[in-house]
Amino acid sequence: MTDRPLALSARRVGGMVLRYLYLMRSSWPRVVELVYWPTVQMILWGFISKFLATNSWWVAQTAGVLISGVLLWDILNRGQLGVSLMFFEEMYARNLGHLFVSPLRALELAAALLTMSLLRTLISFTGAALLAIPLYHFSIYTLGLPLVVFFFNLIVTGWAVGLMVAGLVLRFGLGAESLAWVAIFALSPISGIYYPIEVLPGWLQTVAFFIPASHVFEGMRALMIEGVFRSDLFVNAVVLNLAYLGLGLLVFLGAFRAARKHGLLINIGE
Amino acid sequence: MEGPVIEVRALTKRFREIVAVNEISFSVPPGNITALLGSNGAGKTTTLSLLLGLLIPTSGEIRVLGVDIRRDRYRALPRMNFTSPYVDLPHRLTAEENLRVYAHLYGIRDGPARIRRLASELEFEPMLRRPYGQLSAGQKTRVALAKSLLNEPELLLMDEPTASLDPDMADYVRSYLTAYQRRSGASILMASHNMAEVERMCTDVIILREGKIVTRGNPAALRAQHDRATLEEVFIDIARNAEGHSRRQASS
Repeated sequence: MTDRPLALSARRVGGMVLRYLYLMRSSWPRVVELVYWPTVQMILWGFISKFLATNSWWVAQTAGVLISGVLLWDILNRGQLGVSLMFFEEMYARNLGHLFVSPLRALELAAALLTMSLLRTLISFTGAALLAIPLYHFSIYTLGLPLVVFFFNLIVTGWAVGLMVAGLVLRFGLGAESLAWVAIFALSPISGIYYPIEVLPGWLQTVAFFIPASHVFEGMRALMIEGVFRSDLFVNAVVLNLAYLGLGLLVFLGAFRAARKHGLLINIGE
Repeated sequence: MEGPVIEVRALTKRFREIVAVNEISFSVPPGNITALLGSNGAGKTTTLSLLLGLLIPTSGEIRVLGVDIRRDRYRALPRMNFTSPYVDLPHRLTAEENLRVYAHLYGIRDGPARIRRLASELEFEPMLRRPYGQLSAGQKTRVALAKSLLNEPELLLMDEPTASLDPDMADYVRSYLTAYQRRSGASILMASHNMAEVERMCTDVIILREGKIVTRGNPAALRAQHDRATLEEVFIDIARNAEGHSRRQASS
């Protein structure tokens, strides 16, 4: 096999990003959807935080720990949806046949999907985080540089899951698209978004150790409550993310090879 | 290009128990318009997909533009293109946006100018700013045809290029494709069910039945060989002989 599947062209990646930007420009509901859910979540959890701050010692010791959890969790969620939903657009449009008779490589499509996911997540996160300032007098931006570290670790986890979901849907058809909406939520109970990992049973703590997001949320609480940046948690998250991103890419590229074997790139559908 | 633009040897594609393409071998010389004919399910679209690398063959060899498609398809893909009314372009994007995206994918430097020229030649310039999904079937076919000509391909693969065009526009497109072929020296391989179109445009015809090549030649030679006045009659003869053969097999 000398097809050099890892070769990338910035021009072709840019072409696909342009395609998704055209799509978003042509459809205002797609843009509204970006900020709608994170904003609703942030407002809901903002009020819950406000209530708990007066009734819970743990929440009261630092303002914004729950709102931060909501905002950071949404990075992971949006990161995954950004990859999966943009990929589904090609399947809805039945455009994969044209795309893959062009010189576009599957890895270039993946790079375009990740770029769009980054743009979409930045838009949704920034909108919700800015709204939290006037509503709850809380700015997540006060976390400073660690916020950037948390952001990239969470979005990479989202990318890994998004690529796996896209690959599975390519392989098994659009009947499996609901995976996009539910896959990430399987991680939420063991990611320690709203509570420390130590409340989980021992065996589940072991499972949580292998979820990069659990290290990010533990790191977030360490920073907000104890005022320390835990580099051990950071390293754990980075190593796990690299492994999962590699796995996500393997699933995605493997699904394309399977699609070429089974004739799915032209006859894609339900 | 000196040698054949397409060279296929013992090509087979199986989908579980179904043999869609069964040990076919053929070559296409440069500068020709070749038709791939056959009844529905004969293996035409599968053959085109294999040539494009959209499908991985079960066995056999495919060389396109001198490149082994199984090993190195990305060396050939920038020099070829494909159009089919059965493969869509994104509906929400305008015709121009769709073509711009593909101009990027094919690495075309003067993309906007080439898009305008093709839109003018294929008479859809007024529709450039309209969403692709709002175009008529015939307009969509012309936009897709423009997509397939963006990179001025040396080899153009087409699946029923004039399906859904009215007779006037279909005639215009046939003349346009013939002129493009003569001007550029490109090769065209087209699957079609329109026998009049094939007789007018093609210098070579390959007829498939049940995944195998049953006959090949230029339209005049095929008519003479089967003692028929038109290619359509030749096609019907071959198809009905196959059905008769199948019926005889079933009854025995």
